[in-house]
Amino acid sequence: MKKISFILNGEKRFIHVEPNEILLDVLRDRMGTKSPKCGCDSGDCGACTVMLNSKTARSCMIFAIETDGQEIVTLEGISKSGLTPLQKIFLEQNVFQCGYCAPGMILSATELLGKNPHPSRYEVQEALAGNLCRCTGYTPIIDAVLELTKKQV
Amino acid sequence: MTKDRNNHHESAAYHVTGTAVYIDDIPVSSDALTGKVFFSQVPHAEIRSFDLREAKKVKGVFAVLSAKDIPGINNMGPVVHDEPVLAEVSVQCIGQAMFLIAADSEASAEEASGKIKVKFREKKAILTLEEAMKQGKPMYPARFIISGDVESALKRADHVIGGEFHTGGQEHWYLETHAALCVPGEGDEMRVYASSQHPSETQTLVAEVLSVPKNVVEVEVKRMGGGFGGKETQGNHIAIWAALLAKTTRQPVKIRLCRDDDQKYTGKRHPFLIRYQAGFSKEGILNALDVDLNSNAGYATDLSRAILERAMFHAENAYFIPNIRIKGTVWKTNQPSNTAFRGFGGPQGIAAIENIIDRIARRLGLCSAEIRRRNFYGARSRNKTPYGQIVKHNHLPLIYDKLLVSSQYLKRKNEIDAFNKKNEFFKKGIALSPVKFGISFTTSFLNQAGALVHLYTDGTILVNHGGTEMGQGLHTKIRRIAAKEFGAAIDKVVVNATNTSRIPNTSATAASSGTDMNGMAVKDAIRQIKAGILPIVADHFNLKFGKPKTRLTDLVFSEDHVIDDRHKERKITLREAANLAYLQRVSLSAVGFYKTPGVFFDWNTGKGHPFYYFAFGMAVTEVLVDTLTGAVKILRADILHDVGDSIEPLIDRGQIEGGYIQGVGWCTTEELRWDEKGNLLTHSPDTYKIPTAADIPDVFNVELLKDHPNPGTIHHSKAVGEPPFMLGISCWLAIKYAISASANHRKEPELNIPATNEAILFALEKLKSK
Repeated sequence: MKKISFILNGEKRFIHVEPNEILLDVLRDRMGTKSPKCGCDSGDCGACTVMLNSKTARSCMIFAIETDGQEIVTLEGISKSGLTPLQKIFLEQNVFQCGYCAPGMILSATELLGKNPHPSRYEVQEALAGNLCRCTGYTPIIDAVLELTKKQV
Repeated sequence: MTKDRNNHHESAAYHVTGTAVYIDDIPVSSDALTGKVFFSQVPHAEIRSFDLREAKKVKGVFAVLSAKDIPGINNMGPVVHDEPVLAEVSVQCIGQAMFLIAADSEASAEEASGKIKVKFREKKAILTLEEAMKQGKPMYPARFIISGDVESALKRADHVIGGEFHTGGQEHWYLETHAALCVPGEGDEMRVYASSQHPSETQTLVAEVLSVPKNVVEVEVKRMGGGFGGKETQGNHIAIWAALLAKTTRQPVKIRLCRDDDQKYTGKRHPFLIRYQAGFSKEGILNALDVDLNSNAGYATDLSRAILERAMFHAENAYFIPNIRIKGTVWKTNQPSNTAFRGFGGPQGIAAIENIIDRIARRLGLCSAEIRRRNFYGARSRNKTPYGQIVKHNHLPLIYDKLLVSSQYLKRKNEIDAFNKKNEFFKKGIALSPVKFGISFTTSFLNQAGALVHLYTDGTILVNHGGTEMGQGLHTKIRRIAAKEFGAAIDKVVVNATNTSRIPNTSATAASSGTDMNGMAVKDAIRQIKAGILPIVADHFNLKFGKPKTRLTDLVFSEDHVIDDRHKERKITLREAANLAYLQRVSLSAVGFYKTPGVFFDWNTGKGHPFYYFAFGMAVTEVLVDTLTGAVKILRADILHDVGDSIEPLIDRGQIEGGYIQGVGWCTTEELRWDEKGNLLTHSPDTYKIPTAADIPDVFNVELLKDHPNPGTIHHSKAVGEPPFMLGISCWLAIKYAISASANHRKEPELNIPATNEAILFALEKLKSK
């Protein structure tokens, strides 16, 4: 057991962790942040995506102990003061079906728009290619991201 | 959320904030245990002995169970009792459940699992469909659908082609893996939170296995993180295992399969081997088809027979074939039991006939779309299916004409042919393919549904129905239906979690029929509540306004009010109406029921009317194939699909887009490979490739067929869940066209499903050497 601290969604949190505890499990089972989901346990599907020091990361592939002193943001954190424009357009355009991929998808799209406010269709596709969705065929998700960038010209 | 915007998924607000609750998100009490399943690692063996003593000693372990500890029936087969909950004397596949462990942590459960000792006497395992067929022992006798005289028609035909066609399996890859949480209550009570498309069957099997009556087992399904058929029967397994552990330990138990276990050990789409002979005229008219469909059931029956039957019902797809013999056989192998998957055998049957049509076109040197058109079912003649049902309201020719124009098919085909002449290493392909999909459970008694609707005195409405929400938008459509029937604003309606205590004895949410059947049951319940309110409101108006009298038939439910249609000033809110009725002691709650009329089938004759109606759609797909690597890029896809009057166009579009892409995955990149010992090699997303955001068409035009209401269904709509899946076959046909172009369409490429990059390269190489 080691005591670590990290900033989770803007709040400093202290926790004792075993060296082999996975960040995803700690967030879900011990921190009450349930938005990151376990989809594949192997870093491939993107359902467990969180922002680690402002970059998307697969929380199922990270030991919690590695995040000592770091900053973590989950979907709960980005919508603390209301829905972001991206969340709003995803809601309005009904982009999700089962919704299990949504938290990871939203964080990946948020990261993209932070780096590149006017991405091409291809750039959106590439940015989201690490977030698997089995329901939608992706088109509504990509269209909504692109429409948002047009709105914000 | 404003009213006018409220056309999105009923869970959308929870989806986008990450607050939608799936099984693994349900808060559990501190005594909740983790359940783990010990799966067989050999494909076929006699169990000589096992030792659980060391496993039971592990710290934090509360129970280790074997088949001997099952209080009730050791079966979880949904139709046929051939699937043990836990293996007893033998194991029949890798991944068959043998023991169950409950522990206070995943780590303790894992440690205990490692200490279980089993001695097997291994037996010869059948690990492929071909091997099962070679052994000549089908799981059940073959089924037949026969029409006309196929043998003499084949003899008379101008041309005859024959061959063998393989379609691969497909892993569902629902994002939420199988999971269940079971909480024991007083006495025998068991509350089951399941990720199941069929809560009533989960309830039945849990009761049978625990040896308790059904009325103490309550199954609740809030939502699934995807189902696609994978949770039609096999969600039961996880619920049963968790219930057994919960009953033994008297503590809540949750089981969630990790992705690798889910992928390796649960059932998939049935692989098929199809042999055929087709006879056709110089003009490409199909006069005779002899088709032999063989499916790999895995080790147990599950739904394999019904899936094979649906494959047989779709072996002619959109085409009238006067002389036809369809034979279907289910074969047993030592693999996990294959199960329902969107399309339910339809895709396999349809892919085979589409490949045959494609071969006819190549043989005759004619356009394959034109061959399709010539063979479509007719409006007044040439409209009887091989099983005797007349194809009514046939939209195939209409959709064909519209799509050919909107997709600019002929122009693009000419451009593609010109491109292919100029380019050696890149080849383009284009193809049109139709789907005609029969709607109804082919097991006729399953076509029934129930609902329970409450109107509260604040004017809000709670709808319970027997269908489950797996992302397909069923609850969203039901909410729309209830709002329309009550004339209420959509935000006054909440659709409740599916629960066996509220709606009993339901059918699975499957066969694309969720909205058709449950929507009608909801409508029936609301009709009864409204009938109770009407006299109360009429009396109220007549007391208040005097003559002329408000008659019952004058009253309408509209815009959150009950209004006298002849005297518009006479109106009260739905809330006021509900209150009046309450004070007059009139029930504001009703049970609704629906059974699909007129569906039946007799397998003794191979004739009947198995479908209430047909759904139609068509797609044109264009691809670019890199002939040096086999890589495929979908350049454009155009779809025109018939959903009748759409209840929620956004939801229907989502089903069409998502279904098409899932179909493309099955046809192209999704490949199941096993080693010679029966281990699945492609058992995680790093080896099994479902489509990603980068794999979708560059241009994707999806249109709903307008102004063709479907008679006799809820709000004139049509089912949409499964049919669009089969439109993905157009992508496979386009790839085949591109391959064929490398030999100037003079030779028939050898291509099966899936057309992986590797399979494409092999097909190209074979064409060179042919």
